[in-house]
Amino acid sequence: MAETAAADKQEMQKVAGPWKEAWRGFRKSKVAVVGMGIVIFFILLAIFGPLFTPQGINEQNLSQRLLPPSGDHWMGTDDFGRDILSRVVYGARISLWVGFLAVIGSVVVGSILGILAGYYGRWVDTIISRLFDIMLAFPSILLAIAVVSVLGPSLRNALIAIAIINVPNFGRLIRSKVLSIKEDEYIMSAKAIGMKDNRILVSHILPNSMAPVIVQGTLAIATAIIEAAALGFLGLGAQAPSPEWGKMLADSRSYLTNAPWTMIFPGVAIMLTVLGFNLMGDGLRDALDPRMKS
Amino acid sequence: MDERKTILDVKGLRTSFFTDDGEVPAVDNVDFHIRQGEVLGIVGESGCGKSVTSLSIMGLVPSPPGKIVSGEILFQDKDLTKLSDKEMRQIRGDDIAMIFQEPMTSLNPLFTIGNQLREALKIHKKDWSKSQIQERAVEMMKLVGLPRAEALLNDYPHQLSGGMRQRVMIAMALLCDPKVLIADEPTTALDVTIQAQILKLIKNLNERLDTAVLLITHDLGVVAETCERVVVMYAGKVVEEGPVHTIFNDPQHPYTRGLLESVPDMRFKKERLYSIPGNVPKPGSIKVGCKYAARCEFAFDRCRVEDPALYQTAEDHKTRCFLFDPKEAESHDRTVVES
Repeated sequence: MAETAAADKQEMQKVAGPWKEAWRGFRKSKVAVVGMGIVIFFILLAIFGPLFTPQGINEQNLSQRLLPPSGDHWMGTDDFGRDILSRVVYGARISLWVGFLAVIGSVVVGSILGILAGYYGRWVDTIISRLFDIMLAFPSILLAIAVVSVLGPSLRNALIAIAIINVPNFGRLIRSKVLSIKEDEYIMSAKAIGMKDNRILVSHILPNSMAPVIVQGTLAIATAIIEAAALGFLGLGAQAPSPEWGKMLADSRSYLTNAPWTMIFPGVAIMLTVLGFNLMGDGLRDALDPRMKS
Repeated sequence: MDERKTILDVKGLRTSFFTDDGEVPAVDNVDFHIRQGEVLGIVGESGCGKSVTSLSIMGLVPSPPGKIVSGEILFQDKDLTKLSDKEMRQIRGDDIAMIFQEPMTSLNPLFTIGNQLREALKIHKKDWSKSQIQERAVEMMKLVGLPRAEALLNDYPHQLSGGMRQRVMIAMALLCDPKVLIADEPTTALDVTIQAQILKLIKNLNERLDTAVLLITHDLGVVAETCERVVVMYAGKVVEEGPVHTIFNDPQHPYTRGLLESVPDMRFKKERLYSIPGNVPKPGSIKVGCKYAARCEFAFDRCRVEDPALYQTAEDHKTRCFLFDPKEAESHDRTVVES
């Protein structure tokens, strides 16, 4: 009783809808806003960056190999004389694309499986949950490598692999959320007004289980970008001459001592993107979690 | 005798939960009926099967493990226990509506009040236009006494107080003019002043709309204020049934007497409030005899070996107690004198 009263008092201060309220909470955290700033910067870079790059991504100039950063090449050049800045900028497009698509894929598949498992329970739940357990028993990158080795190395297959390995995380998250939501009284009252099961799933259970998915999704984009880079680094993701950040790191290994910029800039790009998504995800979690509100 | 037509007739209803320990009957051979436009109260302690009874009528017993094992629930000559899911859905919310105990969580926090009311209407009034639906929603909000109805429709549940939310729930339940409204402890979660308002509203709407109300409660005060007839339940069985004034003035079953004695009476200052010794037995734990025997101060040998039937003691008054078995008349007289 005291708990509901406290929650009520807290809620009485709200005037807008729950999403607007979450945004207000999100804005309060400076770190989260910085994270979102980084993310927006990289998204804009990915969309518009390639229009302004000094050089084409695969434009080779063998007379200008491994030049250090200078006025002409802000991030130096690599072993084929390609401008690293241009490649890093274009790489943002690849990494974000992979991150978003892979996570959207795992969220969609994970949500469907998680909701089915949580709502219908019984054997549906047993089958789906055991499937998740099996998938989680493998180290995720190993599973990704296994998937890619079956499908063949390419960026697209790396994306599919990353989507697959993330499915159980979302599936379990949503399943547990659905399990708690389905005991809420508004589900019973929806049934009592004659609503159909699938309508209840779509209009009551799904929207109410989305908050943790949004948080987890943001954080998972960061992980997906790292995983894509890792697969690229291992030669299982993007193939040359694609300017994928992980692939660029792998290619620059041999020049680590005499041309460290070939490695530093793609590395920093990965780090910043991942940092941005992580900060934003943390901020979202605090904004969407009622317990974190002060 | 009441001339009104019986609208809902529950006959020999038995709803059980199938657990690892076998079948546990939560509602056991329950009979009662509601007439058109009547307010019937079902009273009993927690765990006596009140809520399971109401969920059985709605066809919402959580299954598994729950199941209606036997009995009939006749609504307008249709047996609700035999209907398919689809047919049952058409009755739910349209002909029989239900409101719940906890108004705080009975509304989806993510959508506006208007959104949820319109959604509820769309289920049963598929051919209604948008403006008709909107009009009806506003009309119902006004009917349940909510101020500035139009503006309130754009509010989210958390912006409303508990009493207002319960009014919204009532509005939502009455949207499609149901013949029967089941109110499962509608005022338990509200504070006393709001309780009185909500009860008054339910009573008022019952008279205006001629909707029969099945009011489920553990609060005898609520029953006295609102109901015409009362069904007292104990351990999944109906132990006494009768008009509200008879039950209050001349309670027959020892359990009903115990319940009434446990209500604080402001007129007499008693040292301590009476309480019935013991607890409600766990469903299924008592296999033979009267379920109340262990707690009953009048219990005699027969009570422990034989299950009493529901004895008709007056035209509209029934009691499940051997004290009222015509055959036991002698011992009955003796006991009453002694008590």
